[in-house]
Amino acid sequence: MISFQSVGFSYPGVGSGAGASRAAVLQDISFAIPAGGFRWLLGASGAGKTSLLRLLYLAARPSQGEAIILGTRLASTSRHERALLRRQIGVVFQDFRLLGYLSAFDNVALPLRLAGRPEGQIRADVAEMLRWVGLAERLETLPAMLSGGEQQRVAIARAVINRPRLILADEPTGNLDDAQAERLMQLLAELNRLGTSVVVASHNEALVARYPAPALRLEAGRLVADG
Amino acid sequence: MVRRRPAPRRARLDELGLKRAFAQRLLPFLVAAMAFLAALAIAGMLAAASLARHWQEGAGASLTVEVPDPEAPATSGGLPRAAAVLATLKKTPGVIAARRLGETEIDALLRPWLGTTPAALGIAVPGVIALRLAPGMALGAADAAQLARLAAGIVIEDHGPWLARLSTLARSLEACAVLALGVVGALAALVVAVATRAGLSARREALEIIHGLGASDGYIAARFAARTTMLAGLGGVYGALLALPVLVILADLAAPFAAGAISAGSPEAMGEPAALLAGFLALPQSMWLALPALPVAAAAIGWLTTQSTVRQWLRNLP
Repeated sequence: MISFQSVGFSYPGVGSGAGASRAAVLQDISFAIPAGGFRWLLGASGAGKTSLLRLLYLAARPSQGEAIILGTRLASTSRHERALLRRQIGVVFQDFRLLGYLSAFDNVALPLRLAGRPEGQIRADVAEMLRWVGLAERLETLPAMLSGGEQQRVAIARAVINRPRLILADEPTGNLDDAQAERLMQLLAELNRLGTSVVVASHNEALVARYPAPALRLEAGRLVADG
Repeated sequence: MVRRRPAPRRARLDELGLKRAFAQRLLPFLVAAMAFLAALAIAGMLAAASLARHWQEGAGASLTVEVPDPEAPATSGGLPRAAAVLATLKKTPGVIAARRLGETEIDALLRPWLGTTPAALGIAVPGVIALRLAPGMALGAADAAQLARLAAGIVIEDHGPWLARLSTLARSLEACAVLALGVVGALAALVVAVATRAGLSARREALEIIHGLGASDGYIAARFAARTTMLAGLGGVYGALLALPVLVILADLAAPFAAGAISAGSPEAMGEPAALLAGFLALPQSMWLALPALPVAAAAIGWLTTQSTVRQWLRNLP
């Protein structure tokens, strides 16, 4: 379960110490997503979608309010607990965020290795996942040698390889053709049907229309619609 | 372009790409320089300690007693003054050995100062008795008074003031060497910290990604520490190997001054291979223990410094 209560977030601004100004990006955000829920995250560029996603995948901490992610109250977690929590969250980034010096196989295997899975199991699972996203012949290829769409698929495979409880996707279909985008949405829908919570940030209204689901709509850092 | 996976798959993946960081390639050579200096500092410390011990056991345990007018009869017993004092000293508790220096020995001692023998100049020299005392023993005031009653005017030379100065000098040298060792250790830690920070900066994006995937601080710190520990240990090995011939040469040069270190003759007389062997033999046992400890210490400094630096840096991430 995810719950935000009056959450605000601001980046450090000019100056330092008590006199520093802070630029508010999100203000008074309150919503809840039940376990296994699906939410679109909508809003124009600069509305705060990426910042809200950063809070959800623990890349930033709320400046105010209370956030509960997967049942864990963030304010009372240790660094180690937050690391363990991150392993239960799969993220598909807009810019892929693949490690350039690792092959597609090793990029996808990373979450499993961090979780301490035996190498024997990792080989089979990663190969199967890359086959599923259509990259069976590109296991050893470095990201720089892959097309944008292929990199996106590697990023998707990495996000779902360890069957996370929460999947967050930031404009996940931006670099995919229609067929691949359809396939990705079907994958997310299937994972959601199996109990994974999913939050997808998008400004692709056509895509949202094809997959009707409750939406969180942001405008200028404020939540203006939930449902 | 497709890279083929080697078979079997490598056991340890370099997720952070640490093998490519330039500063880390430089690290072994910087640590080697530190280890080399540390070896010299340790050698200096051991040499100072050895000298102090040597002086304590040598000068500290030896005395000379000068007996003016040595052949005149003593105040009691009917023996000549020098013989009476010698006999009394031999019975004194704590005296291991006592003997009177012969005329030839005294002439040899004084010739550099007089240019000839005392007899040739008509100078009356006192009888000189050399003593060796058991460790920790000294001639007390009562012993001195008893000797003075036998032969008035005797002088007991216990080298005390010189010994105190030499001991202070040796302790100061030891302290300087310990200080130098500490400075070298701190510099090594600084070098490792700078290299680690450079590695962290170079890999910031990868670290953020891996951190975001759920890597704990301990996991990331361990990866960095494993790399720097290996590199620092390697640097320690290089430094110790580099220091070894220098120490052997120094030990070889110092061997004639170290009582009993080599008894087989001078290196020149033994030839080059034998001289080298003599140098190796002249290295004290403690140095043979310290040299292999250098890579271990370098690795330990590397591990501790990296763990601390990485964990501190990771605090910047949420």
